[in-house]
Amino acid sequence: MADENSKTNLPPLSLHIPEPKYRPGDPVDYSDVDIPKAGDLSRPDVNSDPATMRDMVYDMVRVLDDDYTAVGPWDPKLSDDTLLKMLKTMAQVRAFDDRLHRMQRQGKTSFYMKCTGEEATSVAATMALHSDDMCFPSYRQQGILFVRGYPMVDMINQIFSNREDKLKGRQLPIMYCSRELGFFSISGNLATQYPQAVGWAMASAAKGDTRIAATWCGEGSTAEGDFHSAMTFATVYNAPIIMNVVNNQWAISSFSGFAGAERTTFAARAAGYGIAGLRVDGNDPLAVYSATQWAAERARTNNGPTLIEHFTYRAEAHSTSDDPGAYRSAQEREEWPLGDPITRLKRHLIHRGVWSKDQHEALDKECIEAVKVATKEAEKNGILGHGLHQPFETMFQDVFEEMPWHLKEQSDQANREREIKWPS
Amino acid sequence: MAVMNMIEAINSGLDNMMARDDDVVVLGEDVGYFGGVFRATAGLQEKHGKTRCFDTPISECGIIGVAVGMAAYGMRPVPEIQFADYIYPGLDQLVSEAARLRYRSAAEFTSAITVRSPFGGGIFGGQTHSQSPESMFTHVCGLKTVIPSTPYDAKGLLISAIEDNDPVMFFEPKRIYNGPFSGYYDKPVEPWSKFEASEVPENYYKIPLGKANIVRAGEAVTILTYGTMVHVAKAVVEEHGVDAEVIDLRTLVPLDIETIEESVKKTGRCLIIHEATRTSGFGAELSALVQERCFYHLEAPIERVTGFDTPYPHSLEWAYFPGPIRIGEALDKIVGELTS
Repeated sequence: MADENSKTNLPPLSLHIPEPKYRPGDPVDYSDVDIPKAGDLSRPDVNSDPATMRDMVYDMVRVLDDDYTAVGPWDPKLSDDTLLKMLKTMAQVRAFDDRLHRMQRQGKTSFYMKCTGEEATSVAATMALHSDDMCFPSYRQQGILFVRGYPMVDMINQIFSNREDKLKGRQLPIMYCSRELGFFSISGNLATQYPQAVGWAMASAAKGDTRIAATWCGEGSTAEGDFHSAMTFATVYNAPIIMNVVNNQWAISSFSGFAGAERTTFAARAAGYGIAGLRVDGNDPLAVYSATQWAAERARTNNGPTLIEHFTYRAEAHSTSDDPGAYRSAQEREEWPLGDPITRLKRHLIHRGVWSKDQHEALDKECIEAVKVATKEAEKNGILGHGLHQPFETMFQDVFEEMPWHLKEQSDQANREREIKWPS
Repeated sequence: MAVMNMIEAINSGLDNMMARDDDVVVLGEDVGYFGGVFRATAGLQEKHGKTRCFDTPISECGIIGVAVGMAAYGMRPVPEIQFADYIYPGLDQLVSEAARLRYRSAAEFTSAITVRSPFGGGIFGGQTHSQSPESMFTHVCGLKTVIPSTPYDAKGLLISAIEDNDPVMFFEPKRIYNGPFSGYYDKPVEPWSKFEASEVPENYYKIPLGKANIVRAGEAVTILTYGTMVHVAKAVVEEHGVDAEVIDLRTLVPLDIETIEESVKKTGRCLIIHEATRTSGFGAELSALVQERCFYHLEAPIERVTGFDTPYPHSLEWAYFPGPIRIGEALDKIVGELTS
């Protein structure tokens, strides 16, 4: 089959392997990152045809300007009370993360994951939903539970896998679940919640319900097939769903370029599927709230799904099993051009005249104290590694609704072993 | 010779193969600059270049699918799936594609890929970082399945797997990456450096696939096991003072049936141990084979000791794990038949 075309002096092909700009020790300069001016982007009607708003997937919804003033058509014009609740919730999440991270370091549990710097993407987003809308989170959206009033002590019981852990010690720490609060069971496998959320939204629509679904995944997880299946089903069935991509720049050690960020934005995925897409300053709580509110209204009025990319930064390690000092420059966090969501909201509220530095310091202390109290309370129920908190038969329950013979046999075996291994 | 733990031995095997053969490439989540979450690929990108060891998108389907394509081109990819628990999105590419490409193309195309993946529990990883899914793959015709139990074996078997022209699932028991495990979780880990199997040649060597290793010769009972459980079994045997023959299978497919048959015919008893769940586990296959081939030599029913048929729990990890008590009971029962 050889012809003259196959043996010409063609240049050799080369394989492109993405490489992040900064590695440990490198000075960081973000001046080339395009950050559109706050307030400039127009806000289309919620019933707009996605085809008329494709440019938005390359732009950015931003409300807080450099002086911490809320500007432009996306300003959600929230009351002082709502904004103060937002600030307090985010501060509480951060204090919780700091303490529970330390608890893991002290050997009180096996694992922890912080959401530092990304608090707005779950707290502000959830505040813009109805309290009975269904959330399908990934593992970094603890903020949802704080907004919906899940008790911290219950979260810590889960983290310690202790005898009051509602999940019976079965799940890895932070893999929470609360049906009551519309918080789907977290999976350790990535993006699996995406098509499930679309399915829930389709069911809600099929049943003539009024509730919508929201889901979250990281930018790295958009590479999974589940993400693309979800997008296809969402557009085909015009599902009432908000699909959040929290672009925190890093998937463990892999920068966003390994999910395609060198070529386009993650919001741009929406355009290809004919879905409405927004790209949001994820460290601007007002922008996150406003974009979510827009998408929620759109979904609730049968105008279909929205994909929202939250442009943010993973300020801390992926988890307690990770050391980012080995692969990225520590300066990235310091130089991050979109700042910190709590600091920005705090300054906005000070600017509005409803908050002060002293009040904020007092709030931080209050939040730390509240976590301390909850931790002490939870510790009374045991910590991981101090005894066996769950009866052994619980290990065999919930595999099926009715326990088959072979699991009963195995349960007896486990209890027999317990008497020998850990005599009471 | 150098002293290596299992991670270092795997790293050395990859390094040797990448140096010997330009077609060997390593790909997977976090394997490049960072060197893998368990450090198995540390330094390989720096040494062999970015197109030889590189990070991938988080898409197991994509990782295995492109490995099949690279192998179709003629390369020898060694994809890493970060945890065996994450492998399922890649299942179609393994089961329907990699495993059958040789067959359906009448050998015009093959899938010379080695899928490395840490598996097994014992690190408080919960249900998504602890599974032992090997029997899902041994059930697939066209896939080989290899599970090492020491640094020395890990390197020699990995090199054979990479050189093999068929797709190989290479499951690494992560509990014993740093040292063998007696089954007593509350005792400190003894590092590999204290054991002879950590003496690993720095250069290329091979351990053939399909060849089991008799790690303890004995007369009273044959124990068939692999991975982490090899060490637990050995410890229990010593504890109970039973003259057991402990066979580390090393390769599940193709299986070294000769060694198994010879041993069971000699001892007349067979205990099978794996950490994976029981129902349809590889132990069922082993039990059937022993029954088919050694029935008239058996003096006691074949016993299986396995993980329970539940997801791997987080807090009750050590209640789940088939440890010394479960193995000891089975051992006493099967050997007890001798005198009763």
